[in-house]
Amino acid sequence: MKDQRTTALNLTDEEFVYPGNRACAGCGLSMLYRTGLKAIGRDAILVVPPSCLTVMQGLYPIASTQLSVLNVTFASAASAASGVRAALKAQKNEHTRVVAWAGDGGTADIGIQALSGAIERGEDFLYICYDNEAYMNTGIQRSGTTPRGTVTANTAIHGKQQRSKDLPAIIAAHSPAYVASCSAAYPTDFHDKIRKALGLSGLKYIHIHTPCPSGWGIEERLTVSIGKLAVETGLYVLYEIEDGETKLSPPSARLLTKKKLPPVADYLAPQGRFKTLPVEAIEELQQEVDAKWETYRNQMM
Amino acid sequence: MCPKKLDVLTSDSYAGPGDAGRTGSWRVLRPVIDYTKCTPARKGKPACYFCWLYCPDSVVSKTIEPQFDLEYCKGCGICAEECPTKAITMVAESSVADEDAD
Amino acid sequence: MFVFESGNVAAATGVKLARAQVIAAYPITPQTPLTEKLSVYVDTGALEAEYVAVESEHSALAVCIGASSTGARPFTATSANGLLYMSEQVHWTAGARLPMVMCVVNRGVGAPWSVWNDHQDSISQRDAGWIQIYAKDHQEIIDTVIKAYRLTEEVCIPVMVCYDGYYLSHTYMPYEVPEQDQVDAFLPPYEYRHKLGPENPTSLNTVTLPSGRQDIHGNRVPGYMEIRRCLHLELKEAIEVYTRIDSEFKSIFGRGGNPIAEKYLCDDAEYVAVALGSMSNQIKDAVDELRGEGLKAGLLALSLYRPFPSDFLASELSGRRGVIVFEKALSPGNSGAVFGDIRAALYECSSRPFLRNYILGLGGRSYKTSDFCCAIRESVETGSEHCDDPAWIGLNR
Repeated sequence: MKDQRTTALNLTDEEFVYPGNRACAGCGLSMLYRTGLKAIGRDAILVVPPSCLTVMQGLYPIASTQLSVLNVTFASAASAASGVRAALKAQKNEHTRVVAWAGDGGTADIGIQALSGAIERGEDFLYICYDNEAYMNTGIQRSGTTPRGTVTANTAIHGKQQRSKDLPAIIAAHSPAYVASCSAAYPTDFHDKIRKALGLSGLKYIHIHTPCPSGWGIEERLTVSIGKLAVETGLYVLYEIEDGETKLSPPSARLLTKKKLPPVADYLAPQGRFKTLPVEAIEELQQEVDAKWETYRNQMM
Repeated sequence: MCPKKLDVLTSDSYAGPGDAGRTGSWRVLRPVIDYTKCTPARKGKPACYFCWLYCPDSVVSKTIEPQFDLEYCKGCGICAEECPTKAITMVAESSVADEDAD
Repeated sequence: MFVFESGNVAAATGVKLARAQVIAAYPITPQTPLTEKLSVYVDTGALEAEYVAVESEHSALAVCIGASSTGARPFTATSANGLLYMSEQVHWTAGARLPMVMCVVNRGVGAPWSVWNDHQDSISQRDAGWIQIYAKDHQEIIDTVIKAYRLTEEVCIPVMVCYDGYYLSHTYMPYEVPEQDQVDAFLPPYEYRHKLGPENPTSLNTVTLPSGRQDIHGNRVPGYMEIRRCLHLELKEAIEVYTRIDSEFKSIFGRGGNPIAEKYLCDDAEYVAVALGSMSNQIKDAVDELRGEGLKAGLLALSLYRPFPSDFLASELSGRRGVIVFEKALSPGNSGAVFGDIRAALYECSSRPFLRNYILGLGGRSYKTSDFCCAIRESVETGSEHCDDPAWIGLNR
C-alpha cells in the first residue's frame, strides 16, 4: 500500500487548509501546501517563519491551516522545529510529525545557519523549502536562490548579477537522512516524497520549485505549465538523494534518453522577470544545462 | 490568598474559511465546465480530476461532475489550462455579473 | 545538604531540581560551566532532559520557544553578546507569553570586547517584557531559579535570573541544596494552555492587524495593542504573585522573605545605597564601616528589577535624606539605568531624598569596599548640590 504511487484519482479528498486565504491566485506554493498537508496528515506540528506562507496562514484571529502551526522569527525555523521535536521527545511522543515550511529566503539566506546546525545535530523533522526564487512576501526582492539575470524589485535595472545558490547541494553535503527536489507541476510526486521522508528518521529536506505568477511576471493560469517547462528543458531537476546516491525522478529521468530537450528560452520567454536577459546570457544558460545533462547521462546510463 | 486570574492574551488563531474574505471577488474570469467533455462526468465514474488536483485553493469538488465553489474561486484559470479535454473555459465575470447579483 | 560549589553549578543544580525538560546550550564566557554541568547531569541520567547543542544563541532561544509552546519546560543561559544576539527572540518570548527561565551570567557587552562582569547585557533588555531578578550569592541563585519556574508558569511571562559573571559564576560559596521531593511539591509539572498539537490545533503568533478584527464566530477579539498592554499590566501583577511564591518557598525551605529587595540597616538609615547583584555584599561592609563613623547609612539590595517595584521603592526611600545608586550599567547619553528608574519612582514623593548615581565596574573594572565608603561620604557632603551626571568609580587617571 505504502509503495503505491499516488495519482489524482487515489489522492485523498480530505482537505487540511481552508479556501478563501490570502495566497495569490495561481500560487504555486498554495498548490503544493495543499497537497503536502494531505501527505502529512493531522497528527503534526508545522513551523513557519516569515514568508508568503505566513500571510497565507491568515491574520489573527483566523487561521487557514487546520493543523497546529507555530509561527516563528525569520532565522529560526529549523531551530524552533528542533525545540518542538525535543519537547515531543521529552513527552515520549514519537508519532506527531514536525514539519518546517520555509521560503527560499528563510532557508538559503537568513535561515541557513539554523538549518545547517539542525542537520549536524541529526534533528528529526521534515524541512520543506519552497523556492519561488525571491523574497516574494516583501515584494519580490532578490534572494540567494534568485537566478542570475532576474529582474527583481532591487535588481530592477541590470537584473541579479550573481549566480544562485544550489541549496539542495549545500544541504546534501551535510549528509541528512534524505534530500529531494520537487515541483508544483508534479504535486503527486511531492506527496509521495513526503510520505517516504516521514518514514525515515533524522532530518529530511525537500526543495520545491513553486512558480509565482506575481513575482515571475506570468499569467496566473501558467503556474503548472511553466513549472513543467522548467523540468522539461532540464533546467530544474527532480531527484532524490539517499545514502549519497542521486536518483532522478521520472519527469527528469525521462530526459536522459531524449536526444534534444526544449530550449531554455522556451521557459524564459513567458516570464516578465527575464525580460532584460541578454541573448548571450540565455546561450550561456543553455550551455550550462546541456553540460549538466551530459554529466547526468555519463553517470547514470 | 487567591491569585488574581490573568488574561494572558496571545495572538493564537483558529482555523476557518475566508480569512481574506470572499476571495471570489478577486476574479475577473470564472471557470465554466462543459460536462459533455469532462471525463468523469462523461464516464459517470471517478476519472482524471486534474482540475481538482491542481487547484491551489481546493475549490473544485472531487465528484463525478466537479463543481466550483465560486465563493472562494480566485479565477486563476489553472484548471482550464490543465484540463486534458479542454472541458473548462474561463469566462469573463462581467458577462455573468447580472445573473449572479448578490 | 550543604555543598561548596560555584555559582554556575548552583544555577545548574537549580535547573536540575526544577526538572527542566529541554536544554538549549550554546557556550559563552562566563556561562559555559553552567551548560557543561547540565550536560553531565543529562548524560549521567541525573536530569532527564533533551540537551540541544545549538549553533547560536538566537537558535538557543528558538529551541526554547518551540519547546515551551509544545508543553515542555525549557532552559537556556547566556551572557553579553549572546543575549544581544538573541534579542529578537527575547522580545518574541515575552510577546508570545511563553513560560521560560533563562540565566544571564552578567558580562559587559562589545564593543569593545570584554569578557568580564557588568550589567549592561541584561539591563539593555529591560524593555523586552521579561521579569528580571538579580541574585547576589549562590544560595539566591539556586533558590531563585526554582522560584522563577514557579513564577513563569503561573504568570506566563519569561524570567531572567541574572548573576554576576566571575564574581558569582566562578567563585565558590557554601549553599544549601533543596531536596528534590520538596521542590517537586513546590513546582508542579508544566502545563501550557495553548500547547501545540493535534488535540487543539491553533496557529500561534500570527500576523496581527493594527485595528483588530472578528474571529470565525464573528466575535471581536483583542488586537496587538491589547495584547501588549496585557503583558504590561500582568507584569505589574507579577510583583504580588512573586511575593506570594517567595513566601511559600520560605515556608517550605526556610529561606526568602525579600522577594523585591533585602534591607540592610535601613530602619533608621538617613542615607540609603541601592545596588543590584553581588556588589551589595561589599556595600554591606561599607555600611558597617560608615555606621562605625556615626553615619546612618543603609543598603537596599535590589533583587527584582523588572517589573520595576516603584511603589516599594517610593515607600522605602521617601523621607530619607539621600539615596546613592551604585550600578554597573548605563543608559548612554542619559544616566545610569537603575538611577533613572528610581528617580522616576520618587518623583511623586512629598519628601524626596537627594539622589546620587555612581557608575562602576564596567567591563570588569575592579572596585574596593573603600570606594563605596568614599562615594557615600562624598554624596553626604555634596548632597544638596544639584548634580545631573553620574559620577564614576575607578577611572584610570
